[in-house]
Amino acid sequence: MQSMGFYMAQRLSAMVMAPLVLGHIAVMIYAIQGGLSTAEILERTRGSLSWFAFYGSFVVAVSIHAAIGLRMIATETLKLRGAALDLFTWAVMIVLLFMGARAVSAVTML
Amino acid sequence: MSKSEKTLHVSVWRGEGPQGRFETFRVPRQDNQTVLDVVSWIQQNTDPSLSYRYACRVGMCGSCAMMVNGQPRWTCRTHVSRVADGDRLQIGPLRNLPVIKDLAVDMDPFFEKWIKAGGAHRPSRSRTEPIMPVSPQEPGRVEANKAIECINCAVCYAACDTVAGNPDYLGPAALQRAWTLYNDVKIDDRQAALDRATAAGGCQNCHSQGSCTRFCPNELDPLSAIAGLKRAAAASYFKRRSE
Ligand code: SF4
Ligand code: SF4
Ligand code: FES
Repeated sequence: MQSMGFYMAQRLSAMVMAPLVLGHIAVMIYAIQGGLSTAEILERTRGSLSWFAFYGSFVVAVSIHAAIGLRMIATETLKLRGAALDLFTWAVMIVLLFMGARAVSAVTML
Repeated sequence: MSKSEKTLHVSVWRGEGPQGRFETFRVPRQDNQTVLDVVSWIQQNTDPSLSYRYACRVGMCGSCAMMVNGQPRWTCRTHVSRVADGDRLQIGPLRNLPVIKDLAVDMDPFFEKWIKAGGAHRPSRSRTEPIMPVSPQEPGRVEANKAIECINCAVCYAACDTVAGNPDYLGPAALQRAWTLYNDVKIDDRQAALDRATAAGGCQNCHSQGSCTRFCPNELDPLSAIAGLKRAAAASYFKRRSE
C-alpha cells in the first residue's frame, strides 16, 4: 500500500537522482578514459565539499527511492502489510543510508 | 469438410467459489460465431447447469465479460475466429473478482470501489434550482467527456496486475470515474474528489503499464485519466504544504 507521502517522496527522489546518475556516468567515463589512479582520484575527492554534496545527495536520494520501490514489491509480491511493511521500508532505508554514508565519507573526508 | 462442420474444443471453467477446474466441450464451429454464442450453445445443448451472465449481446450492458484464452474480453463482441487458437478456446471467469459459479463472478468489490473512489452522484444543486448551463467546449467538460462511455464491464479491472497484487487498489475504472468527476464543472468540491482518489488504494498505486487502456473494449483510456489524477494530486500536495 502506497500513501501519497511515499508516492511524492519517490517521485522527488527520482527527480534528484536523474541528473546525478548522468553526472556519475560522466565521472566514471572521465576517470577511466583519463586513466586516473586510485591515488589521483582520492586526491581530487578528499576534502572536497562539492564531491561530498554530489555523492551525499545521491546516497540520500537512492536510499529513499530504493526503500519505497522495494516496499511496493514487498507488499504486492510478498504480501507484507502493516507494521512489518513499515519496518522493512525503514530498515532498507537506514541500511542503504549507512552504507552510502560510509562510502562517501571514505572518499571525501580528509 | 466445410468450415461449418468443424468442431471447436472449448475448455470452460466449472465450479463454485474458489474451487473448480476446466471442463472441455465440443461445439460446432460456425462461420460467424461469437464467444458468447459458444457459451450459450453449451448451456442450451450440452449442460443446462452452466452459469454465465449476459444481457444486451451488442456491447452495451457490460455484463458478459470473461477471460478468453487468458485475456479479458466482452464475449458478445469477440468473434471466435479472432481469438481461437486453432480449434481451441479457453473460457474462464473474469480475473481479480471472486467467482460465484462457473463463469459468473461477484461484481460487488468492483462496484464498492467505484463508490469508494467517489463514483456516486453528489449533486451540487437541488431540483428547485435552475439547471446549470455547461458548455461542451469548456476544457474540463472535454476531459470529462472522454470517459463517459464506460459501461462498468470490469474488463480493465481484470486486466490490471496492480489489482491482482494489491486487492485494496481501487482499479482503473473507478479511478477513471474519479477523474471524470474531478473535471466535471457541476461538481462543487473538486478537492474532495481528489482526496478520495488519493486515499488508501488510490491512484498513486498505479504502475502505469496500461493494461487497462490496452484491453478496454470501448477504447477508453483509464491510464491517461489516472496520470491526470496523479498530476493533480502532486500539485495539490505542494499547495497544501505551502498553506
Ligand atoms: S495502468 Fe494502472 S490502472 Fe491501468 S492496468 Fe496498469 S496499474 Fe492498472
Ligand atoms: S473503462 Fe472500459 S474496460 Fe473499464 S469498465 Fe469502463 S468500459 Fe469496461
Ligand atoms: S452482453 Fe451486453 S456487453 Fe456483452
